[in-house]
Amino acid sequence: MDEALLRALTPIVIGILCRRGADFAAAEDAVQDALVEAVRVWPDDPPRDPQGWLVTVGWRKFLDAARADAARRHREERVESEPAPGPAETADDTLRLYFLCAHPSLTPASAVALTLRAVGGLTTRQIARAYLVPEATMAQRISRAKRTLSGEAGLPKSPTPRPSTRTGDGLPGEAGLPKSPTPRPSTRTGDVGTVLRVLYLVFNEGYSGDVDLSAEAIRLTRQLAAMTDHPEVAGLLALMLLHHARRPARTAPDGRLVPLAEQDRGLWDTRMIAEGIGILQAALARDRLGEFQAQAAIAALHADAQRPEETDWPQIVEWYDELVGLTGSPVARLNRAVAVGEADGPQAGLAALADLDPSLPRHTAASAYLHERAGDPATAARLYVLAARAAPNLPERDHLTRQAARLNTGRRG
Amino acid sequence: MAKYLLLKHYRGAPEPTNCVPMDRWTPEEVADHIRFMHDFAARLEGTGEFVDAQALSPEGTFVRYDGEGRPPVTDGPFAETKDLIAGWMVIDVDDYARALELAGELSAAPGAGGKPIHEWLEVRPFLTAPPAVTD
Repeated sequence: MDEALLRALTPIVIGILCRRGADFAAAEDAVQDALVEAVRVWPDDPPRDPQGWLVTVGWRKFLDAARADAARRHREERVESEPAPGPAETADDTLRLYFLCAHPSLTPASAVALTLRAVGGLTTRQIARAYLVPEATMAQRISRAKRTLSGEAGLPKSPTPRPSTRTGDGLPGEAGLPKSPTPRPSTRTGDVGTVLRVLYLVFNEGYSGDVDLSAEAIRLTRQLAAMTDHPEVAGLLALMLLHHARRPARTAPDGRLVPLAEQDRGLWDTRMIAEGIGILQAALARDRLGEFQAQAAIAALHADAQRPEETDWPQIVEWYDELVGLTGSPVARLNRAVAVGEADGPQAGLAALADLDPSLPRHTAASAYLHERAGDPATAARLYVLAARAAPNLPERDHLTRQAARLNTGRRG
Repeated sequence: MAKYLLLKHYRGAPEPTNCVPMDRWTPEEVADHIRFMHDFAARLEGTGEFVDAQALSPEGTFVRYDGEGRPPVTDGPFAETKDLIAGWMVIDVDDYARALELAGELSAAPGAGGKPIHEWLEVRPFLTAPPAVTD
């Protein structure tokens, strides 16, 4: 059973059914049914044309469900004879799904779940395990997302939807059917940002359950980059690759967090780093800077240093200046303060930190680190304890606790 | 998406507004309370936000290690503890504001006279897995 093939075909087949006139929720249901049948049939009787097989079975599933609504029978049967789409149409179908699944009326949790299912081809069970919620809960999250789209997004039709041929002698009830809502064209630029934020959320969740969400996010972003010509899509892909390349060095075998300066750089995936840098350089050359390109540039400078002391901190500060200019993000300002501390000395970093809201996540941790480098271990130890208490995740809390213990041990001895 | 614990206390939380203990309610009021809890959990499952809900017995035992080769030392029941957890609900929501909103609704479970208890619930964020983007 080629699960990767099934998952790659999922958004394509959903897109084809949508273009034939099925609404997104019905198309998604039909494709899930077709996938179940594929898992059952293909091991003994593999099809010559997997995509064609799925389209045929999926469309039949859709028609079976639609036939319960007798008023629509005539229109569906006419559509059934439609010819198969070409490759360009396939790419457009999948691209439309990205925007649909990242519709602004969806909550982030719903957009993430729907993207992983419809574009990623993951099962509800896989997504539920990845996010550590019961399968029933994830099923409801996906169902509600689909209902939201049916109600608000309208039908994701192709640019020239067929005019409805309504006649007085149609089937009973047909004349009273409400007109399909006019499809709302995507504002591509705005929606690209939403799609990228969804993919970023998937990537940042990392790994849990039996699905590597970071790898899945990379696959989906790579697919999106192949279908679009947007430098921020390339920027996000580069950012993901540059971080993913360093993952093996980020945690010790016992789960302990390894700070960047102490990572074994021999564990970094240099091929992935080279790919990320290449993609980023091509994007930057187009001179349409965005936040993901700026973040990727910072990650590239870290990845480019063979040893910690070779890190180009002044240039990293400049990129943080760009990022702050683009986003005004307090988190970017905080990271910039740490970089200033590395480039210009810990006192300069502490001065930059003093301008920021102390309740920012990781503000206390940054302050502890800079105080230690400034030669004030007593203050640093006290701040590490406070930072550990405020840490958002377990490895970080343990790391900060260990720093406090290290400094306190030094003072005790 | 983040997970939060909505923690209920037998004692240890501030006194609620409607503080008549459950053993002084009418049977109908107890049934109303239990139905509210079930309906609340079902609604959260419907919104894709439910993770878990459990109730704990007020009786328990303290246990500690007593050295190599010895059985653990036990002490109980809990007679004098200041804080006693009654149960919890775990939710998976988009943000902290949503967690507060749901805790507020859960706090309105009916009590004596069918009136909301206004129970103080402890909202605790889960420590997450570390993010993939770190610098």
